[in-house]
Parts: sequence; C-alpha cells; structure tokens
Amino acid sequence: MRRRMFWDRLFERIFAGSALVAVLTLAGIFVLLIINAMQAFGTLSIRHFFSNTPWNPSAYEIPTFGIGALLSGTILTTFGAMALAVPVGIGTAFFLSEIASVRMRNLLKPAVEMLAAVPSVVIGFTGIVLVGPFLARLFDLPNGLNALNGSILLAVMALPTIVSVAEDAIHAVPHTYKEASYALGANKWETLIRVTLPACYSGIVAAVMLGMGRAVGETMTVLMATGNATAFPDSMFSSVRTITATVAIEMGEVPSNTPHYYILFACALVLFLITLAVNVGAEHLASRLRKRGQ
Amino acid sequence: MTQHSNLLEIQHLNLYFGKKHALKDINLGIPKNKIVALIGPSGCGKTALLRTMNRMHDLNPDVKITGAIHFDGHNILHGNTNPVRVRRDIGMVFQKPNPFPKSIFKNVAYGLEINGMRDSAEIRQRVEDSLRAAYLWEEVRDDLDKSALELSGGQQQRLCIARTIAVEPQIILMDEPCSALDPISTGKVEETMLQLKEQFTLVVVTHNMQQAQRVADFTAFMYLGEVIEHGDTSRIFKHPEHELTKNYVHGRFG
Amino acid sequence: MMPKKLMQILGLSSLMACAAVVVGLLGIILFDMTGKGVQVLSWEFLASFPHKGMTQGGIFPAIFGTVAITLLSTLLAAPLGIACAVWLAEYAPNHAFTRLVQASIRNLAGVPSIVYGLFGLAIFVEGLHMGMSVLASGCTLALLTLPSVITTTEEALRRVPVLYREGALALGATKWETMRSVVLPAAVPGILTGVILALSRAAGETAPILFTGVVFYSRFLPYSVFDEFMALPYHLYILSTQHHEPDIARPLAYGTALVLLVLVLALNLVAFIVRAKQR
Repeated sequence: MRRRMFWDRLFERIFAGSALVAVLTLAGIFVLLIINAMQAFGTLSIRHFFSNTPWNPSAYEIPTFGIGALLSGTILTTFGAMALAVPVGIGTAFFLSEIASVRMRNLLKPAVEMLAAVPSVVIGFTGIVLVGPFLARLFDLPNGLNALNGSILLAVMALPTIVSVAEDAIHAVPHTYKEASYALGANKWETLIRVTLPACYSGIVAAVMLGMGRAVGETMTVLMATGNATAFPDSMFSSVRTITATVAIEMGEVPSNTPHYYILFACALVLFLITLAVNVGAEHLASRLRKRGQ
Repeated sequence: MTQHSNLLEIQHLNLYFGKKHALKDINLGIPKNKIVALIGPSGCGKTALLRTMNRMHDLNPDVKITGAIHFDGHNILHGNTNPVRVRRDIGMVFQKPNPFPKSIFKNVAYGLEINGMRDSAEIRQRVEDSLRAAYLWEEVRDDLDKSALELSGGQQQRLCIARTIAVEPQIILMDEPCSALDPISTGKVEETMLQLKEQFTLVVVTHNMQQAQRVADFTAFMYLGEVIEHGDTSRIFKHPEHELTKNYVHGRFG
Repeated sequence: MMPKKLMQILGLSSLMACAAVVVGLLGIILFDMTGKGVQVLSWEFLASFPHKGMTQGGIFPAIFGTVAITLLSTLLAAPLGIACAVWLAEYAPNHAFTRLVQASIRNLAGVPSIVYGLFGLAIFVEGLHMGMSVLASGCTLALLTLPSVITTTEEALRRVPVLYREGALALGATKWETMRSVVLPAAVPGILTGVILALSRAAGETAPILFTGVVFYSRFLPYSVFDEFMALPYHLYILSTQHHEPDIARPLAYGTALVLLVLVLALNLVAFIVRAKQR
C-alpha cells in the first residue's frame, strides 16, 4: 500500500512539473527576448528604433536600425491579408455551420484542415511560381513579388484559423434564437444576418484576431513572396520586408552578441508583444462569449 | 440496530454542494451482513449519502463534509484516512453499468492486479468465483476475452458486481443498480444481492419500493437531505411512524 | 416580398462562393504541386544526394533530416505534453496556478515560429552548447508543437467518461493506477491524433530550424544528434529563392514541394483515419 501511494504521489508531481514547463517556456521566451533586447537599447535609443530611421544594418560607416519600415511592411501585408481572408473565412464558416448538408460538411471540413496543414514554405513557393507571375501579368509589373502577393498568401494561411474558430462560435448560438426568428416569419438569410451574427459577434471578432496573429507571425511565406526591400512601402505593389522576414534573413549572418544581434532580438520582442496582445484580446472575447453562453 | 453490531456508523453528517446544504445531520447505522435500502424522492440526498461512504465526493472540489463515519475503528472522513484504502474496503456499483473498455476477464482481474495479486492461477480462480457469485459465469465462461462492452446492460451490471466482489470488500454500495435494466435482468441482480448478503454488507439506493421490500432487511427513508425514519423494512412499509414516510411508501409522491 | 427573397438568394450563394474559394485554393495548390512535381519524381530523386550545385541528383539527405528532427521533436514533446495535459485534465485544482498554466499554453500556441527559432538559438544552440544540430532543432520544434499536443490530449482525456474513473477508484485503485490502466488507454486514439498532427506540423516548419541546425547542403547524413542536417522545407526555400540558376532548380523545387506536401498530408490523413475510427 505504501509503495502504491508513493507512485501515486510521484506521478502527480511529475504531471505538475510538466505543467510548470509550459509556464516556464513562455516566461523563458519573454525573459530572453527582454534581456537581449535590453542589450540592444544600450547602444540604440528606443525613440530612434521606433522612428522613421532607415533599416540599414550593413551601411559602410554607421549602420542604422529603424523598425519603422519593417513594421509598416508587417502591418501592410497583415491588413491586406485580413481584407481578403475575413469575408471569405466568415462566409465559409457560415456556410459550413448553417447551410451545408452533412455530406458537404464532411467534404469541406477536411479540406479546411488540409489547407491548414500545407507548410508555410509551400505556400511561399506558390507565391513565387503562381501568384507572382499572375500579379505581374495582371498589373503589368516587372515582377510580382510585393506586398499584395504576401497579403494573398497570408490570407491563405489565416483562412483555416478564421474558418474553424468562427464556425465554433456560430455553432454555439442556441437553436432557440433561430427558431424564434423563423417563428416571426424571417427567412434563413434574415435570421443569419440579424439574429445569428449578432449573437456570435464577439466569437467572430476573436476568430479574426487569431487569424491576424497567425498572419503577423508568419515568416516563410512573406520572406519568399514580398521582395524584401527595406524601404517604406508606397502601395500594395511595393516590395516590402516584414519584421519576421528581417529576423529570418539577418539572424543567420550576424555574429552573436553584437549590437545587430541584439537589435534582431528587439525586433522579435516587438513581434512577440504584438502577437501576445492579439491572442490575449481574442481569448478575452472568447471567454466573454463562453460566460454569456452559460 | 444496536451500536455494537453496526459495521458502519454515520454520525452528525452534513454535506454541502457549494452553498447548498444537501445532507442535514444524518445519523445512521449499517448492520453487518444485512441489506440496507435508502429510499426517498429524487433529489433527497440518497446518492449523495451513499457516495460519502466511500469518499467518492473527493473527486468534486465543491463538496464540503462535516461529521463522522466510523468504520473498522476509523473515521473514514478524517483527512488522514487514505481514500484508496476506504474504497478497497467499501466498494461501489453504479447506477449506469460502467465496465472498463477491456475484456470481461480483465474487468474482474483489474482490482486484484492493482491490489498486488500476481499469481495468474489464483487470479483466474478468483475471477471465476466472482463471476459465479454474480450469476454471470454460465453466460460468459466461453468468451472471457470478449470486450465487456459487447455484453447486454444487465450482464454489464452483473459484471460490475463481480468486479467489486473480486476484491472482497466488506461493504458494497449500490446506487440504483437496476434503474437502467429490464425486469428480467433486475430479477437476476436482486437474486445476486440476496446471495451476497451471506458474505458482504450491502447499502442500496433505490427508487423502486417493491425492490426495497424484496431485498432489504432495513430501510431508511430520506426527504430533503434528512433521514426521516429508519428501521425494519416491513415496519417502515406497513407501519410508518411519520406522515411523510406513509405518504411516500403509499406512492402519494415521488 | 420579392427583394426579401432576392436578398436571401444573393446572400446564401455568396456564402457558398466563399466556401468554393477555400476549396479552390486548396485545389490550385495541390494541382500545381502535383502536376509539376510528379515530373521529377523518381527513385533517384528520392534516394540520392544532390550534386552539381544542386542542379542534379536527389533530396535524400533532406528527407532523412526532416524525418530525424520530426521524430526527435515528437519523442520529446509527446511525453511532456501528455503529462501536462493529464495534470490539467485530472489533477489541476481550480486556482491561480492552473489558470496561469492554461493561459501560458494558449499564448505559446500563438507565439510566431521565428520567435521559437530565436529562443532555440539562444537557449539550445548557445546556452546549452548543443551547437547547430539535430538535437537543438528537435528541442526547438518540440517546444513549438507542445501546445497543440497538450490541447488535443486534454480534450481526449475530457471525453473519457467520468464513470470509468469512478469504477476504478471504487475498486481501490489510486489515481495514478486509474489513469494508467483505464483513463489513458481509453484516450489513446485522441492522443494519437494529436501526436500525429504534431509530427505533421514539425515536418513542415522552417523558421524554427533556420538558426538551430539546418544547412542548405551537406555531403553527409547527420551521424549523431549533434550534427547539422538538411531538411525538406529549407531545401525548398533555398531552391526556390537562393539558387543561382532558378530555371534549372525550379523542377527540383517542385519535386521537393511535392514530397513535403505528400509527407505532411499523409500524416494528416492517418490522423483523420484514427479519429474517424474512434467514432
């Protein structure tokens, strides 16, 4: 008996210890980014970092590091992606949960899951071989590697997240709401727009935010498809370079413990904080929805 | 029901589900080698009371319990009492048959193995004995390796009884063991219960008053978390002292 | 009445169009990769080393490297993730630490993969002196897949009926015995699904291995976990963006993309079958 209780307690501790690892990992990432970023701000002023200073780490005389252009690259591609993915994603979610027959659902849901499973580097590759040439021909550009290309690819990456989270939210709307609406003579479309949509609104916003988090943090697709010019973009047809792409390109080439190295950590910290804020916001909305559901 | 012959003695037991006071000052003795039935309308606390007797409420952090249940010289509700120990001595058969998704043999052998029995011949013998005692042996002797989930509901429940008997507890708690079963299976389970009383002590929650009269030596009537009246089954049903008991056993509410 | 009906038809068909777009996107990707990738697929392509500046030969070391880091990462992430999920689903009391763990897992799932790459570089490659290696990449990918292993395992555990747990406990089993012999076996299909999906995720990731061990060319297979390696996603990235003769490299890039896609989608298919069988 004593031996059995010993194992029981031992395993309880092992399980709790594993849970601690999850917390420590998140804390570890955060602390590591902060420590390394702090080193960067020893030599570089924060104001300078966030101003419109150009990003020019390999300048012959004095390298300059301004995250402004990179941040605008990230923001431009992300918002472009959202403009494309949000209507399509939410539309698909409504179709899946309210209109599709069981057979259609059984076909469509695996398709969404498969799309989610396609590696980002393969999506990036389609940006080079399909989307790029297509855009170049359509808009008569020298090449199609630009912010629009990145946005289209990021939309593809964000779609599965938006569809599945939004579908869960729509699914959670009580049947009684819809029945009440039908009973008042509303048709399917009116019920959908005026009853179901308002009832799951915060869940849909959460879906959009999670999709956005996905797009902001995506590296390989934008790295391959946006052209990677470090100038401030003028339009969707400009070649841009996102924060993620910058880290991916430059981290492999800088020596450790140099100012440039630490500044890349500072970039990653900015990225981390953006995605953290987006995720916390989405979770807050989702939990509000859960509470109201009870 | 005199003090010294009781195997289990419940004293001043109170139980709260969060803020709800679900059991109120329960005092009840369970005599050895008898069958005690707990009856009463739904929600009166019968099942809650049964589950305190083998610390099943430990799974629910919202439950608070005060009072004592004395068994074998210990208060089983005491913080130092090991609930694993308690449950080994006080087994339980649930309302819905819950065999494990394993073979029939493994279901019965499970309790033996965790309690340290290693000799396979001994385990085999004990599994057979337990299945015989639960009147299931003849029906399953040739497919002991079949999944327990393929048995009928009544067979599953008798398997759960066999599983409980196998570890030789002193008391077997049964929570409406027949409510999910058809009349023929119910008859078989009741027959089993009467046999089991030779060796074990049984506490049975039931909402079926005929069942209580058929199997129980003693009956306790509960209402809104209190034990209103308890005593010999025949007296409770024929000459209830309390007006509520009388109305209930005559089927005026339930 | 007419506009009302018209609105409905327009509205519902636009929703259907959205769904068609999603399926169409998947179709285009699969069609293009398969159509052009199949042309270079051969036994030689799968089983030999690249040569002549990667304009000829195959992708065997990249396949090998991807399989190696994927298996290693899952070997590390699965026990840890399952243990964490067991704690959350079965042991965790309702207090602040539990909520902290849950919040951490949710947020870890949203951390960009490139940030995991930096973390791996600083902790595993430099901090723990693993160097650029299979091991460092495996550890980094393990952390990346951990949240999804935890979430799927936790869901699988919560689907196991409470009655099973009560049945075992009522026989005098300890909590650990209940877990080991009844609850975990009943949750195996769900856990397996999660682990396979983690494999698929790890196989396709590029950013986390960029600075932790992958190289664009190696004449040897990794001999131990402390060696550098080639990997399919990185190979595809190099062939499609960094190659000096893109036209010659293009077919090889298609072949690599197809192999990677098949690997990842096959894993997803297996997960799908495991899950379907469970019902």
